[in-house]
Amino acid sequence: MRPLLLKGHTRPLTFIKYNVDGDILISCAKDHRPTLWYADTGERIGTYKGHNGATWSCDITRDSKRLVTASADSTVKLWNLTTGECIFTFKFDIPCRSVSFSLGEEYLLLTTDAFMGTPPAVRILKHSRDIEEQQHEEVLCISDAHPGRITRAMWGPLNKTFVTSCEDGMVRKFDAASGKLLNEVKVHEKSIQMMDLDSEGNTIITASLDKKSVLLDFETFDILKTYQTDRPLNTAAISPLKDHIALGGGQDAASVTTTAGQAGKFEVVFYHKIFQEMFGTVRGHFGPLNFVAFSPNGKSFTTGGEDGYVRIHHLDSEYFDLDL
Amino acid sequence: MEDVRTGWPWDGFTIDEVQLPDENDDYGVPSEDEEEFNVEELQRDTGFSCVVVVDNLPVVGMEKYEKLLNVLKKIFGQIGEVHEDGLYMPVDESTKKTKGFAFIEFATPDQAKIARQQADGYKLDKNHTFKTNLLKEVEDLSSTTESYKEPELKDFVRKDNLYEYMLDPRGRDQFAVRYQDMTEIHWNDPKTGTSEQVYSRSFWTESYVQWSPCGTMLATVHRQGAQVWGGEEFSRIQRFGHSKVQLIDFSPCEKYLVSYSSQESPNPREAPMAVFNVSDLKSGQTLRSFQGKLDDFMVSGGENRPQGGEGALQWPLFKWCQGNDDKYFARLARNKSGKTMISIYETPDMNLLDKKSLQMENIVDFHWSPKEALMCVYQGEANSGNQPARVSLVRIPSREEVKSKNLFSVKDVTVHWHPDGSYLALQVARFTKTKKSSYNGFEFFRVKERNIPMEVLELQNKQEKIVSFAWEPKGHRFAVVHGDGARPDVSFYTMKDSKQIKHLGTLHGRPVTSLHWSPQGKFLIIAGLKGLNGQLEFFNVNDMDTMAINEHFMCTNVDWDPTGRYVATSVTSVHQMENGYIVWSFLGQQLYKVNRDRFFQFLWRPRQKVELGEEKEAELMKNLKKFSKKFEEEDESLKSRADKEKIAEREKMESDWKEFLDKKRKAFAAIEAEHRRLLGLSGYVEADQQYEIEEVEVEEVLSVKQEKIH
Repeated sequence: MRPLLLKGHTRPLTFIKYNVDGDILISCAKDHRPTLWYADTGERIGTYKGHNGATWSCDITRDSKRLVTASADSTVKLWNLTTGECIFTFKFDIPCRSVSFSLGEEYLLLTTDAFMGTPPAVRILKHSRDIEEQQHEEVLCISDAHPGRITRAMWGPLNKTFVTSCEDGMVRKFDAASGKLLNEVKVHEKSIQMMDLDSEGNTIITASLDKKSVLLDFETFDILKTYQTDRPLNTAAISPLKDHIALGGGQDAASVTTTAGQAGKFEVVFYHKIFQEMFGTVRGHFGPLNFVAFSPNGKSFTTGGEDGYVRIHHLDSEYFDLDL
Repeated sequence: MEDVRTGWPWDGFTIDEVQLPDENDDYGVPSEDEEEFNVEELQRDTGFSCVVVVDNLPVVGMEKYEKLLNVLKKIFGQIGEVHEDGLYMPVDESTKKTKGFAFIEFATPDQAKIARQQADGYKLDKNHTFKTNLLKEVEDLSSTTESYKEPELKDFVRKDNLYEYMLDPRGRDQFAVRYQDMTEIHWNDPKTGTSEQVYSRSFWTESYVQWSPCGTMLATVHRQGAQVWGGEEFSRIQRFGHSKVQLIDFSPCEKYLVSYSSQESPNPREAPMAVFNVSDLKSGQTLRSFQGKLDDFMVSGGENRPQGGEGALQWPLFKWCQGNDDKYFARLARNKSGKTMISIYETPDMNLLDKKSLQMENIVDFHWSPKEALMCVYQGEANSGNQPARVSLVRIPSREEVKSKNLFSVKDVTVHWHPDGSYLALQVARFTKTKKSSYNGFEFFRVKERNIPMEVLELQNKQEKIVSFAWEPKGHRFAVVHGDGARPDVSFYTMKDSKQIKHLGTLHGRPVTSLHWSPQGKFLIIAGLKGLNGQLEFFNVNDMDTMAINEHFMCTNVDWDPTGRYVATSVTSVHQMENGYIVWSFLGQQLYKVNRDRFFQFLWRPRQKVELGEEKEAELMKNLKKFSKKFEEEDESLKSRADKEKIAEREKMESDWKEFLDKKRKAFAAIEAEHRRLLGLSGYVEADQQYEIEEVEVEEVLSVKQEKIH
């Protein structure tokens, strides 16, 4: 397996998103320009110019025509995905972190960080297909439920609920209409850095600095599986094709220079989702892994590292022949 | 009979009568609470514990009274601070002569204790040898009742079989691991690809754990003292009260336990105090206690040693004579005039052997032979080189010097006994004539041969640094790592079958810091630890062949199991990452790996020494094939059983997951219509798009070239 090494960012990667068809992907980084790539060849199509701070996450509409990005410059921007033109800006006075479209793209789920006395919050914004009608309209704001940074927020089935992961190691579920807290579980000892849903929306995977990753039932928050690793984790993804989990992380960037490269544990580790056993690693990055995402068909995956590189790995036939 | 030192009536008590306090008890040692300290302060002026009674003084008339008083003041003033008017010598009114004893009051009970110990046996002149006791002890004795009370017999309690671990039907070995707050005992079970936990307990020890030399028990160390545990359930066998104990050491035959603690004196100007207790393992009784200033126990002679304080305390301070039923133990000490000597103590009465120490000048160190009562004493150079350094072999108890060797312009000598005690190697670093640089060489003693012949070995390049030296256990070979820089050479030599040491071969340029022979010999692990990434070369010395080269990244420790079948490498918490251990076969195959954060100790449980006798061993070797077949069959069935269990477990997991998914999919069916409606809002439905797959053949002419055909 020869990865495609994409050098388009100058700062650590923060987020990677494939479109529904899986032919393109957007990478976000701490530099200010989200970048659009062909998922197959790794060719760069273009960048989105307009943010003045790190971009923390993004989402793509199903028709792959519109992009939404959330940035530490306190704005959320809507872009024409194909032309790279910024078509709308939601202005806040607090850094924005996680953003995602609801099913049907009528709403945006956004999390904002604590800043200058403002507590961290989850917000729902109205989104219009017709950009002429787009306004800054906040439908819901929950600012009293999280004691720490909300690292990710994701919609539940039929947009009726949404879940958040938080720095305090808790996962919480809210009613999207009323904002009522429906369920909360302490899953990790340390911060949950990222979480992801499987393609059917049944299970949540979390990645935490306590070196564990946990598979939760979305509905009940029961812990189905635990993946114990030997490194702090930043990211986790569930393969849409096989019963596999990809995890990544590594020694904290600040202490990396004190040890040899190998000690940092910057590989992607593959676990069997059901047996909870590790069966493979993919090396490459020379800094901690910040994000891993499977393509929608599960035949390739893309990683983004603290080292500023994006690597697209097309899995080879040996992987598909695996009897696992 | 009453023991002079401890005041304990040895004959009149049974061990069972001694009731040790409960676990939560403070063992009679006052806690550090401020309040209780104050109580002690108040007591100090009146306490009997500050007063020492000195017996066996000369009986003198009044004319010599003052003189004797001054002599006593001088002697005891050196030891501690004598209380003002604290010296009282009773006078017989009728004869106007002293009664032959005196009371001396010290400022603190600690000083009194030391005075009692140090002055006991002090020879004032030919006829008068001091006998000292604490007044408190005299007081305690006089308050005991005259009538003898029969001690009640206790019911017999069956103790756990302490050798239970040796009876494992599959001959497995145990090991102890300590990480975070946990201490665990496991069976090493590589045939099933893992280890089986026997016992685990959190906060079992407050600093570390240690197996006894034969593996019978495990010692834990606590604030109040040390404890030993054993048997199937690891129940407590004995406890040894010793406040703030820091280090412990077993005698080789597990009869005695030496514990050590040192404490800063409350007065900052005074040196820290050290306490060494030698206790009986079976009864838990302290048989002898050595107390004094810590500096007095840190002894090392020789002129090339750093001046001013003799460095760190050597542990074990008391070295046990091996293979002699724990008969002798010895330590390096200084006599009153500051000359070095070796004090040898005899068990079980714990007295100095023949009542005198072995006086030798400038002793730097001494080492018992691993097999017999023979010690190798190394004396450093003296008189700026005019008196050479000297290494001698001394038999105990006869103190006969069986062999000695003078060494000139010596920088340092490192002593390596062969584990069998049959050879002794001295690694000698010598100064060149200018004294600016040094070079290395070896001196060998064939201890078991007649007259103990000696031999000298010099490496080809004498200037090279000697990184490591290791004897082959159960063999006649040794390996030396020599060379400067990161990739030194490893050379092998043999002592066998000739009058001369024979060079067997050299491996060039190995990333090595240490050598680890299998306890059975023949196999050697050449390891590059610490700075060298943890490369492990599994080497067969018989064939001079590398069997495997592996790596345990950041590896800090290499430990062979007692049988030489497996070897464990571990990364302890000196590193932040990668903590844990790997168990390998002796061939260098990785068997299993365990990661543990904050990993501290990996300790194989030593095995009891089983002497089959040569005949039986030879028979075993002859029928090895027969026996090994049986074991192979066992292993095979074990493996297939484990496989079956694993498969069953996986099948269960898989079916559970399938059930979970089915449930979820059914639930989704109910909301599917709504889901599709919502999806439709985005104006893009790709999932149901019908792709038509069309096969198109495209022909493209790349180039056309005309060639003439003849």
